[in-house]
Amino acid sequence: MIKFLSQLGRYFLLLKKVFSRPEKASVYYKQTMHELIYLGLNSIGIVTIVSFFMGAVITLQTAYNTENPIYPTYLIGLGTRDSILLEFSSTIVALILAGKVGSSIASEIGTMRVTEQIDALEIMGVNSASYLILPKMIATLVFNPFLTLISISVGILGGWLAGTLSGVITSEDFIYGIQYAFIPYYIIYSMIKTVVFAFIISSVSAFHGYYVDGGSLEVGRASTKAVVHSSVLILLFNVILTQLLLS
Amino acid sequence: MIRVNNIDKSFDHKKVLDNVSVSFEPGKTNLIIGRSGSGKTVLLKSIVGLHDVDSGEIWFENVLFNKLDFEERKEIRKEMGMLFQGSALFDSLTVEQNVRFPLDMFTKKSLEEKTERVNFCLTRVNIINANKLYPSELSGGMKKRVAIARAISLNPKYLFCDEPNSGLDPLTAILIDELIKELTEEYSMTTIVNTHDMNSVMEIGEKVVFINEGIICWEGNKNEILNSDCRILNDFVFANALAKQLKNSVQ
Repeated sequence: MIKFLSQLGRYFLLLKKVFSRPEKASVYYKQTMHELIYLGLNSIGIVTIVSFFMGAVITLQTAYNTENPIYPTYLIGLGTRDSILLEFSSTIVALILAGKVGSSIASEIGTMRVTEQIDALEIMGVNSASYLILPKMIATLVFNPFLTLISISVGILGGWLAGTLSGVITSEDFIYGIQYAFIPYYIIYSMIKTVVFAFIISSVSAFHGYYVDGGSLEVGRASTKAVVHSSVLILLFNVILTQLLLS
Repeated sequence: MIRVNNIDKSFDHKKVLDNVSVSFEPGKTNLIIGRSGSGKTVLLKSIVGLHDVDSGEIWFENVLFNKLDFEERKEIRKEMGMLFQGSALFDSLTVEQNVRFPLDMFTKKSLEEKTERVNFCLTRVNIINANKLYPSELSGGMKKRVAIARAISLNPKYLFCDEPNSGLDPLTAILIDELIKELTEEYSMTTIVNTHDMNSVMEIGEKVVFINEGIICWEGNKNEILNSDCRILNDFVFANALAKQLKNSVQ
């Protein structure tokens, strides 16, 4: 328990250091642009592929589980839309990004720690926590909502293609279903969750990387811890946010 | 002048520095020597503030450095350059970007002025036509020289070198030693070098401090070291077969 509280204290102290005034805005701006490409644009591929196939599977699963003449077929489209919008594109994509982006952040910062690059920054008088972590946080907070929007679009497209090509639903019914009883607030709900999860992924992973002590073995361990802890926190905050935002 | 008064430092209840007091001569090459694990690196990192000491004082001229907060330390840190054991070049930046980094961060110079300064520093350490290379494409000796170029890019008042010769062949090690000595004289820097290499001691050691198990055992210069009556120091200095033979032949 004491160890947990001590780690929690270190985490908040690190955040305080991260959010202190940057040394030179222009250098931070360049760094943020670099991270937007590295952490954001480079994640579009994996998000697109996973979302497409998950959308397809959700449609097929919904179709096979609602094979009843009482249910109108457009419910398949509605079910796909709501599953993707409410859970898949925010939570599942966040879990995937915790693996991809989280491990990348932890291992990059961890390697910089064990090779004394962070010490080199400190010696120069640079706030290493802010310089290394803030641009990554901004990049994920700004870009992850776009990834979620891409995921929603591609997921629904995958569902439509799988549904129509397999013949479980007509194109008209699917399109009617995804428009039926649409609640725009669901998009806001999904965006709020995405932003919170982006903060968890970037800050928790950076924390594990920044405090690595040892060598390459510890960097690997920190990377694993970053993914595990981020994933657990995402699931925990998913429950809390769902209760807060949908109740 | 850099002065250290009665500093203690422990890790997990293990004392690594025990009541260390030493002063380093301004404008000269000061060497901290000792066996591996004797506390050299901890002492150096404590002086530059990478480790917070448990007790004692670290003075830079008339400023009590270890009592300053991060923001206050920044001003003194801008006057410091440091060469790390593994060079600590930023992997994601090219040679040119590495050397330019402190200039980007702390000066308002134009890109042309910064490039001119970068080229001057790289030429000074004999790195030619390597501006666009990444650290992974450099040899160990080149990395050290680029790290020195980065360390001097802001004209520092103090230069700290942690094991500058580790992992280098004897000839390259001598070149690095000579470079450190030349730059110290050229820029009138106060240089502190951590080493266990006796060649370095004899090449550049204007003031030598010997540390053993966290305690300063001996202070002097490179000429006095061979005639010291400190047994632990003699064991260290004459540890290798060549040095032993030399000593016996002189006797």
